[in-house]
Amino acid sequence: MNTLILRTVAPGLTALMLLFSIFVLLRGHNEPGGGFIGGLIAASALAIYGIAFGVGAVRRAMRFHPMTIAGAGLFMSTISGLVSILFGVPFMTGLWIYPSFLGAEVPLSTVMSFDLGVYLVVLGSIVSIALALEQDSEPEEQAVAPLPSPAELRPEVKKRRDPRRRAKESR
Amino acid sequence: MATAQSVPVDLSAALVLSPPPLGDWLVVAPVVLMIGLGALLMMVRKSVRLHGAIAVAGLAALVVVDAALLWRVSTHGPVTMVMGRWLPPFGIAFTADILGSVMALVSAIVGLAAGFFGLRDIDAAGRRYGFFPFLMLLMAGVSGAFLTGDIFNLYVWFEVLLISSFGLLILGSEPEQIEGAMKYALLNLIGTTLFLIAVGYLYAIFGTLNMADLVGRATLMSERAPLTTLTALFILAFAMKAAAFPVNFWLPASYHTPRIVVSALFGGLLTKVGIYSLLRVAIMLLPVEREQLSIAIAVSAVLTMMVGALGALAQSDTRRLVGYVVIAGIGNMMAGIAIGTPAAVSGAVLYAVHSMVTMTALYLVVGEAARLGGSWSLATLGGLYRRSPWFASASFLLMLAAAGLPPMSGLWPKVALLKAAIDIGAWWLAGAILGSAFILTLALARVLLLAYWRPRPQTRIDAPTAVVAPAADWRIILPLGGLTVLTLGFGLFPEPLLQLAQAAAEGLANPQAYIHSVFPGGAAP
Repeated sequence: MNTLILRTVAPGLTALMLLFSIFVLLRGHNEPGGGFIGGLIAASALAIYGIAFGVGAVRRAMRFHPMTIAGAGLFMSTISGLVSILFGVPFMTGLWIYPSFLGAEVPLSTVMSFDLGVYLVVLGSIVSIALALEQDSEPEEQAVAPLPSPAELRPEVKKRRDPRRRAKESR
Repeated sequence: MATAQSVPVDLSAALVLSPPPLGDWLVVAPVVLMIGLGALLMMVRKSVRLHGAIAVAGLAALVVVDAALLWRVSTHGPVTMVMGRWLPPFGIAFTADILGSVMALVSAIVGLAAGFFGLRDIDAAGRRYGFFPFLMLLMAGVSGAFLTGDIFNLYVWFEVLLISSFGLLILGSEPEQIEGAMKYALLNLIGTTLFLIAVGYLYAIFGTLNMADLVGRATLMSERAPLTTLTALFILAFAMKAAAFPVNFWLPASYHTPRIVVSALFGGLLTKVGIYSLLRVAIMLLPVEREQLSIAIAVSAVLTMMVGALGALAQSDTRRLVGYVVIAGIGNMMAGIAIGTPAAVSGAVLYAVHSMVTMTALYLVVGEAARLGGSWSLATLGGLYRRSPWFASASFLLMLAAAGLPPMSGLWPKVALLKAAIDIGAWWLAGAILGSAFILTLALARVLLLAYWRPRPQTRIDAPTAVVAPAADWRIILPLGGLTVLTLGFGLFPEPLLQLAQAAAEGLANPQAYIHSVFPGGAAP
């Protein structure tokens, strides 16, 4: 999908969808939404970006490998459950603090950090699948580095095999 | 929220208000440890040098935690922790009784052995592919399945271990592996779907998923509800997972394709998760219906034993052969479940423990034999005794264990099951146990004769791998030797394990302590 329209729209759309995914994530505590659906929206944002600009652009934009992000999310969720050991309540009990920023009370909780972990797991794993699928169907990448034909490969294979055979004979 | 604090609400009806003792954290610790480490390994996925050290240290910690849990359960009775402070049956409970904690401990030991072996068996490419993260998540799934007290949660842990097992199965992405994984995945997906349907059915009948809450409800409702259908569904689903007779064909078709350490883990752990769930559901939750279906289970058990033993005799690929030995063991455990008396159940538990250790070790033996001999086929293997007498002795002991001969661990569960079968007059079941053990002895003796005692066949001179195979190092000696010593220990000093298995069976037959641990204040609302 290499159209001018998509390439023009994609950055704005991606930014908007990422913002919306965070809105859905935070809204999820009391209303429909949450980490899972938020992560899906964020993943589809990056998928659109990938369709417009190629897989390499998405990987550069994400800085971290998608699986690393998923791992970090899983780790974060685990730690969120473990915090309750410090407060003498069972595993995964929701703990709240109410700090105020500029006069506004902001409730923060381990429930939220757990959900953020879910968001990252979903984002990481879905993006990793989406990028793998997009990579296979991408004609540009093949154009950049065309696969050598079997005829071209053959002499090199022979060359690579040679030293081993020689070593075997000397043994 | 801020407004809720001003309104007085009686929280004691919904929440756990007393702080849980620190020892109760042991029941969630195995799962948390494994998931946390799995996540950590995913984050450092590029630095594969770290993987092995982190994973083995984590698995060693898992053994320690599980041992502490077993110690606490055997001194203080079953341990429960509910997630998120909600009272059961609404909060998801993790409950460990003797059965669950014994299985968890043995699975951790097996996992540690596999971790050590993986240090040698899995190259950098396999590590980058994610062997160790998958191993951690698999252990999380297995531990979670053994320790959960909620039947839907059990389904979730099944999924966790299934998904990580898919990853481990196709490690390397060879065409043969993809084929094996397809069979494995399809059959297991059908099995877990059946399990899910059964759980939904169960919830529709009883309105609860907490196992302690379910105990005893079945006897009250046996007139009104189609409980036999439900039990049959559960048994079919778990039998599929355990590879019992009519649904056993996926195991030999897939377990020989992955790396040998993965086969070892699967053969040791995954089928036993199915047996554990069967024990939990059929013996503890639905005992009356299990009694009605006992003939069907017994027939399936006999056929499983026979198929396993005869299959092992017929195979010449050593990995497939061990797969059939696993199946024969499953038949023995099914026989214990079919009989259903506490003595028989303790025999089944004992067999499960023995089988976890021995089958893993046997797969590792086969892998090591292939490394030394350069082949998976009995036709071309040979002369292993001359190559490494120590390895040959360990293999010999493990084969004795798998065949159920003294002085190894395989003897005691078979004796217990035989006695239980004769006690209820099921002579044909006893005969099948003996017959399958006899055929297994022949099959394993065949391996010993062909691969170890026979001089190396000279037909294929062009197998240079055997000549240049480097000597074994501690990464192979430690897990193989450790597991061998463990089975020998069980065989020579069976008393502690026999007592534990009896206590586990007693806990399944009379789960009063289990219920009290989940509902300390009496019955559920």
